[in-house]
Formats: sequence, C-alpha cells, structure tokens
Amino acid sequence: MKNTARGFSAFANVSSSRIVLRFALGAALTLTATLPRCLRAQDKNPYAGDAKMAKLGEFQFRSNCAFCHGLGARGGGRGPDLTRAQKKHGNGDADMFRTINEGVPGTAMPPNGATQQGVGMTEEEIWQVITYIRSVQAKAPAQSIGNAAHGRELFYGSAACSTCHMIEGKGGRLGPDLTATGSARSTNYLVESVRNPSKRLAQGISEAMKEFSQEYETVKIVTADGTKLMGVVLNEDHFTLQMMDTRELVHSFEKEKLRSIEKSRESLMPVYDQKSLNDKDLQDVVAYLLAVGAQ
Amino acid sequence: MIAKREAATMEQRFFGCAARLLCKSEGERKSRPAPLGRTVFWGARIFVLCIGAWFAPTAKAQVTAQRLVESAKEPHNWLMYSGDYSGHRFSALEQINTANASGLVPKWAYQTMAGGKFETTPLVVDGILYATGQDDRAFALDAKSGRPIWQYQRALPADIRPCCGRVNRGLAILGDKVFMGTLDSHVIALDSKTGNVIWDVTAVDYRKGYSFTLAPLVIHNLVIVGISGGEYGISGFIDAYDTATGERKWRFHTVPGPGEAGHETWEGDSWKTGGAPAWITGSYDPATNTTFWTTGNPSPSNRGIGRAGDNLYADTLLALDPDTGKMKWYFQFTKHDEYDYDATQVPVMIDQGEKHLIAQANRNGFFYLIDRTTGKLIFSNPYAKVTWSDSKDANGVPVARKEAAPTPEGNPVCPGAAGATNWMSPTYDPQTQLFYVTAREQCDVISTSPQPFEEGHAYYGSAYFPNDDTAPFWGALRAIDPLTGKLKWEVKHVSPTWSGVLSTAGGLVFSGDAEGNFMALDAATGKILWHFQCGASVYSSPMSFAIDGKQYVAVAAGSALFTFGLP
Repeated sequence: MKNTARGFSAFANVSSSRIVLRFALGAALTLTATLPRCLRAQDKNPYAGDAKMAKLGEFQFRSNCAFCHGLGARGGGRGPDLTRAQKKHGNGDADMFRTINEGVPGTAMPPNGATQQGVGMTEEEIWQVITYIRSVQAKAPAQSIGNAAHGRELFYGSAACSTCHMIEGKGGRLGPDLTATGSARSTNYLVESVRNPSKRLAQGISEAMKEFSQEYETVKIVTADGTKLMGVVLNEDHFTLQMMDTRELVHSFEKEKLRSIEKSRESLMPVYDQKSLNDKDLQDVVAYLLAVGAQ
Repeated sequence: MIAKREAATMEQRFFGCAARLLCKSEGERKSRPAPLGRTVFWGARIFVLCIGAWFAPTAKAQVTAQRLVESAKEPHNWLMYSGDYSGHRFSALEQINTANASGLVPKWAYQTMAGGKFETTPLVVDGILYATGQDDRAFALDAKSGRPIWQYQRALPADIRPCCGRVNRGLAILGDKVFMGTLDSHVIALDSKTGNVIWDVTAVDYRKGYSFTLAPLVIHNLVIVGISGGEYGISGFIDAYDTATGERKWRFHTVPGPGEAGHETWEGDSWKTGGAPAWITGSYDPATNTTFWTTGNPSPSNRGIGRAGDNLYADTLLALDPDTGKMKWYFQFTKHDEYDYDATQVPVMIDQGEKHLIAQANRNGFFYLIDRTTGKLIFSNPYAKVTWSDSKDANGVPVARKEAAPTPEGNPVCPGAAGATNWMSPTYDPQTQLFYVTAREQCDVISTSPQPFEEGHAYYGSAYFPNDDTAPFWGALRAIDPLTGKLKWEVKHVSPTWSGVLSTAGGLVFSGDAEGNFMALDAATGKILWHFQCGASVYSSPMSFAIDGKQYVAVAAGSALFTFGLP
C-alpha cells in the first residue's frame, strides 16, 4: 500500500521521531522503539558467513537501503559505498547493527523504520543485511592510489577548489562543505562530480517532513531596482527564494517582487576536464577527500 | 456550556428556518436526490440566511444516520471524512470567498507534539471538532478556541510495523460515539463527550502486517473500515461493524477465495498473499444504497512473477451493498499491477443530468470516469506523465506496456513509486463543475527482488530509485473537467506534494504544498489569493466549518492542526 512519502529526504522523520511523546492521558511512547529489544542485541552477527542469509539480506537491502547506497551497496549520489572495508561509523558487527538500527545523527542516515524506504526491518533482518554487506565488501582497506598531500595542495592551490568548498573550516561557502564527502559518497560519484558537476547537483538543505532536498541550483535574478545577482539557491518555495550570491552574501526575496528569476541546472562549478585537472591530479584530490573523510 | 434546553431551542431555530427554505429541493429529492451540487448550493444560501438565527456553539443533538445522509443541510458541520457521502470535499460555506480570502488569518493551532505525518481530516459537529493524530491519538476540541475537551491515546504494542508511518486519517461519528481504526488493527468506539472507550474489537492480527490508517465511514447503523498492509502480503478486506455493539456484520474479502468469482485471476496459491488492502474511505449513494470502495496493490507490489493474472480485486473500484457487503459490480483500474498503483483515492460521485458517475484521478496517472450504476468505464485520460501504458483495450481501459515492467536491473517508469497522486483527497466543486487533484510528476526506476514470503514481514519484492538524470520532480494542483478529462488550469508546485484539496462555495480551493504553504486559490482560474507558511509539509486534506456564523478552514501540518478565518 505504500501510502507514504518515499523520497529523497531520509532526514524526514529523524529528529522528530526521537521526541518522547507525552500525551495528556499519561501515555508515553518512543517512536524509535520499533525494535526495543535491539538495544540489547548481541554483539556478534549470528548469521556470519551464511550465504543463504546473505541472499535474504540482499532482498532487504534492496528494499530498505539501496535507494541511497545503490543496488550493489556501491554507493550512489546519496549514500556511501558500503563495499569499502573501512566503515566510517564502525566496522564491528555491533557497530553496523547500531548504525542501521539507530541511524547516524547529523547525517542523512535515518534510524531503521524511518527511512521512508520500505517498512523497516526486524532484528533478524538487520543481521541478514549485515551478512549481505560482509559478502560484498572488500577484504582489506583499499590502498590509496592517489597522493592525498598533493591533493590537498591542489585543493587549496592551483585547482582552486577551496574558492567555493570548505574542508575542516577552511575555504569558500558557495559549494557544499566537503569535509565528510569522502566518507559519504562513492569514489565514482566524487570523480563524476568533478568531471561533470551538472550531471547530479549536490543536495543542500533537507527539511523535516519534506521528501526532496534542495539542490545546488544556479540562479540569476534581477531585483526591482535592476540589481543583478548570480549564485546558488539555498532554498525556495512558491513565494520566496533564498540564495547565496557569488560574493557569499545571503539574500531572501519575495519572488513576485523580482523583475526576473532565471534558474539553471548548469552548476556554477566549472567542469574540470583533463586540461584543467588531469587524471593523476584528480586521483590525488579524491585521495585527499577520502583521507579527510576517514578521519 | 449552554444549557441543553436552550441549545436545542437555538438549533430548532436554525433548522426550522433551514427546513422551510429547503422544501423546494426536498420535493425534488423524493424521486431521486437533486444533483448534490444544487442541493449544497441551496444549502449554502439557506445557511447564510439562517445564520443570524443560530448561535449555538455547543454539542447537542446527536448525529443520526439521517443527518449523515442530509449533511448538505448543515454546511456549518463536517460530518465525515470527505465532508459528505459523495466524496466531494466541498463546503457550501461562502463567507470566506474570492473577495476576502486574502485577509485570512490564523485563529488557533492545536499541537499534538507528535512526530511523523499528521494526516487527519477533522470532523466538526455543532462546535466540537474531533480528530486523530499520529500514533493513534484522538481528541475533541472546542472548534472555536482550539482548547481540548478530551484526548485519547491508544497504547500501541511495541511491535506494530505499519508500512508508511504511524498515521491515522480521522474519525467517523454516529450518535454519541466516534469511531476509529487503529494501527494494531482494532476498531474502536469512543464516547464523543469524554473520549472513553465504549467498545474495542479486534479485526485481525496486526502481527501479520495488518493495520488501519483510514477514517471509517458510517452508513445506517454500521461503521465501515478497510484494512491496510499491502506491503506484507496480507489478504485484504472491508469490514462493517454494528455501531452500537462493535459486532462485525460482514466482511468483504478483496481477494476472492477458492470457488469465488475472480479467484481464477491469481496464479496458484498467490491469492493467499494477494494484498489488495482498502485503506482509503469510501463514498456512498443513498439513492441506490450503494457504497463505493477502492483497493490497493496486489502483493508483492512490484513483482508480478508468481501471480500471473489480473489479480482481482486489487486496484479496483468496488460497488457494495452497505447492509450486506455483497458486491454489485467492480471496475479494475490496473490489471496485474507491478507498480504499486493503488486505486486508494476517494471515489468522487458526480451527477450530470440523468448520468450518475464516479470520477477518479488514479495513482496510475489516468483520470477515469465511470458509470456508477453499471461500473462501465466512460473514458480514461492521462492527467500526469504516464509511461507504463501506451494502449487501451476494447473497453478503453489502459493496458500495461510489457517493456516497462520492473526488472532485476531496474526499469524506469512514470508515474513513479508514489504515483501521480496518492491518498490525498481530490475535490469536486459543483459550482465550477471542476475536479481538482494534487498531481505528482515523479518518475522512478523500479527493480525487482525475489523476496520470499514470510508472514508479518515486508513483502513487496522491489527497490526503487529516483531517476537522477532528469529534471527535478515537481507537482501541480490541477483543475480537470471531469466530463472530458481535459485540464482546465494548473498551479505548479516546487516539488511533489501530499496535500489534499478542499473546494468551497466561496469560489475557492484550498491546498498545501511540500514547502509548508497552505493556500487559497480562485477555483475558476487557479490564481493564488492567500497563503500561510505552516512550517512543515502538508500531509493532509483540508476541511471547513462554521461556528456562530463564522467560517473557518482547518488543515493539519507538522504536529499542528491549524484553523484560519477572517479577522
């Protein structure tokens, strides 16, 4: 029946579902308590190495996780590549169980049952998913093939990434902060984002209950007095537009009072082709992002 | 509270006045009810004329089955989920209108303080508002001040796993009881004055994946509900319970068992886990004593392998006798559905001369007009982007395109997983004679997954992905001529929304968007006349009521029920 919103914004119920509700009649319940006993879950995967369970886990993964993490768990535009041996939020069975069941606060990873993808999983089903992820993940941490130190130099230097992107508090604001991007996105996605930034625009603000996140769309406006501004859309609804211009000034407009609004899905980020950033240098930049993300 | 006797006197003044003015249309109703549009139009006029004689804000006379049938006579009340039996979600109140809507202001808000989607449509009866909230709470408020009179919170088992949120869409009322379906698959009756539980019956075992999310429908002395759980390989049904005792009077199985007609439309044992839930409130034609209900997807939702056949009565419009549950006819919108195209959109009754019709803008992207006497399709016409079908059968019913079927690797399709619309109510305005619906323009890539069936566990056999490479998804409020299926106007939404639509005799339609705006639009042109930022996406269908001669419009968004009126 899927009478629900099942969309991009996995944030949707995260914060609200953690609120402990108290009703006047005295009943109290916790929305996250879909699996109350899981808090006492065992630390070891009971199905470790069981191929049949891994298969069942793949079905669960498709229904509950693949929307962000991709069909083969290799990541996508939304979630990290789970075939990496190193997991940002812990490699152990208990860590993975906790990550899946409780989500990761402050990230797009929602608690089990609040993903808006499928109906949520039982304890057994979570272990099946972990079994599946183990079956597809790399045996050892990938050897970094790029030079992260050189990547850092490029980022803040000749490649000029830091004009618009910030890492660990240093850099520009026009594009997304990339501190956690290395851990949250697949390598393929990172490469694609540099070579073809307009193919999939990065996501900006996600509002509670809203299915779709705002994207880093490009906008050009002309105000009533003729002032021209260009920048990225921070948020937008039917009546208003919030944007950051190329000088990093934040504006909010009533749309009907503007002389013109021109939005584009052509990213403000320049296309880095072989000439502006060759494959070797790109590898180094990606290595830097991965290194920062892993911290 | 005004003393009972005094209140009754006031009510008599109002209804006496209304009755005198109504006699013309009453006469017409004897053979067959006048087209509802005309009746409510008269109702609106009468209401305005009588409003001066009526100042009673307190709950008094009980809601009788007859009052439900004649809801057009009391447009200041909102007596059932869709406002009336026709499914119009039209209010005959006209105090708030195109001339003054720009001056609407918030009057009060009631906070449930609960997370998740707040999908309720309140009822209002003689000044008291009754509604439900997240996690199966219910409450009664003074509809004028928003102050609570009672609150009910169901103690839900910890292991319920409703597919799509801990939601409830509202109550039904009869006598001194309000009725509610619960997430743990009970039907309960609450005392409308105290919220005390009068009776509580188990419809089915929730542990198998069943739940109730819809607002029940009361017809005669029965409260009718349909089950949710199409994600779990359940076996769908529609139930009727005695409003006095809770005793179950009938059950209509939406998947026919062995020996029943339609059973042959299921391969092997697939009927046993066939799904076909019925999770949106039906409508009712008193003239023919027929109630119309719609059903959801066959299970598993996105995997047709193993359930070859049309899969009756999934994605179907059912015409049932409300007293017996016997089926009079059916019309299946999506045969052998592999896209989760639930037909769970409120069936809207439209009368046009001698024609008695049902209109539905279906989740599958087609607008259907059906003869509600025979169940025969009159036409189907896309109202949103459709790629799952590019042909029709001899009867004009859209046929699925085989190449668009979900595959293990994934196949793109429009509408996507959430449909061209969903459970949010459309509205039919008898004055403009237009049908208004929230349309979603979202395509998805659907890939199958041969998930085995296990009782009580998710069973939909799929994953889906947004189609990344295209433009962002969007939506629109669309005004459609229901007799032709042609688009009259649309107002684009920034992103797809889950808000239902209300129309009013003031020449307005009200709807919300995913960005949290609640809006009043000119019903004739779609011009936005007013808006209010609710602070959270609107996941509900608005309604309107009046107290002391003042009209209000109410909508749920976030954790709050908002009520608006003129200053």
